[in-house]
Amino acid sequence: MKSIHIQYFAVLRDLTKVDEEQRETNAETALELYEEVRQVFGFDFDSINLRVAVNDSFSEWDYKLKDGDKLVFLPPVSGG
Amino acid sequence: MFLLSNNTLDPEEYIKELKDDSCGGYVSFEGWVRDFNEGKKVTHLKYEAYQVLAEKEAQQIIQEAIEKFDARKIKIVHRVGDLQISEIAVWIGATAVHRGEAFDACEYVIDQLKIRVPIWKKEYYVDGDSGWVECHECKKHIHD
Repeated sequence: MKSIHIQYFAVLRDLTKVDEEQRETNAETALELYEEVRQVFGFDFDSINLRVAVNDSFSEWDYKLKDGDKLVFLPPVSGG
Repeated sequence: MFLLSNNTLDPEEYIKELKDDSCGGYVSFEGWVRDFNEGKKVTHLKYEAYQVLAEKEAQQIIQEAIEKFDARKIKIVHRVGDLQISEIAVWIGATAVHRGEAFDACEYVIDQLKIRVPIWKKEYYVDGDSGWVECHECKKHIHD
């Protein structure tokens, strides 16, 4: 089991109702973890429409999770 | 230089930071809160940011613009929190030796900011509905 910190923003946070969580998981990759939380919270987005950040940097969906990582799933941005 | 601000933006202040005796061109862009979007009347909106990554990515965009266009100084200030109609949502200033480079750098920065920097906009409508806005350009760029 790994312990991963996840932060939620915008449309995803509206669904989770929490800004962040510490999740114990068997997920091996960022994508597996996304699919896990997607089931839990009922996210409507396929991963193809999101980006993932690991430890405050953009990363890839096949990133291999390490205990203590900090992840953010990023909905399509709309600044400016 | 990138700043997220909870308060009304103050371009007069930001311009002072860009002043440079070697620059002959200064171009700025202001993005304003519009009262409609996709056929719906907007009453106000809210921006939120993933601050650490927004700062990193914006700084990267500034560096790219300086290198690509030989701009001298660039500053971006983006509002977060609740905004009313006609308020400034984003301010960008770019300086260069000549105007062409300043125009190019400013345009590059706003275009890249809109597709890369993790900031999100929620619109509130007259009918009581609200929703997070999806940038149409972003989906195309997400896998570039």
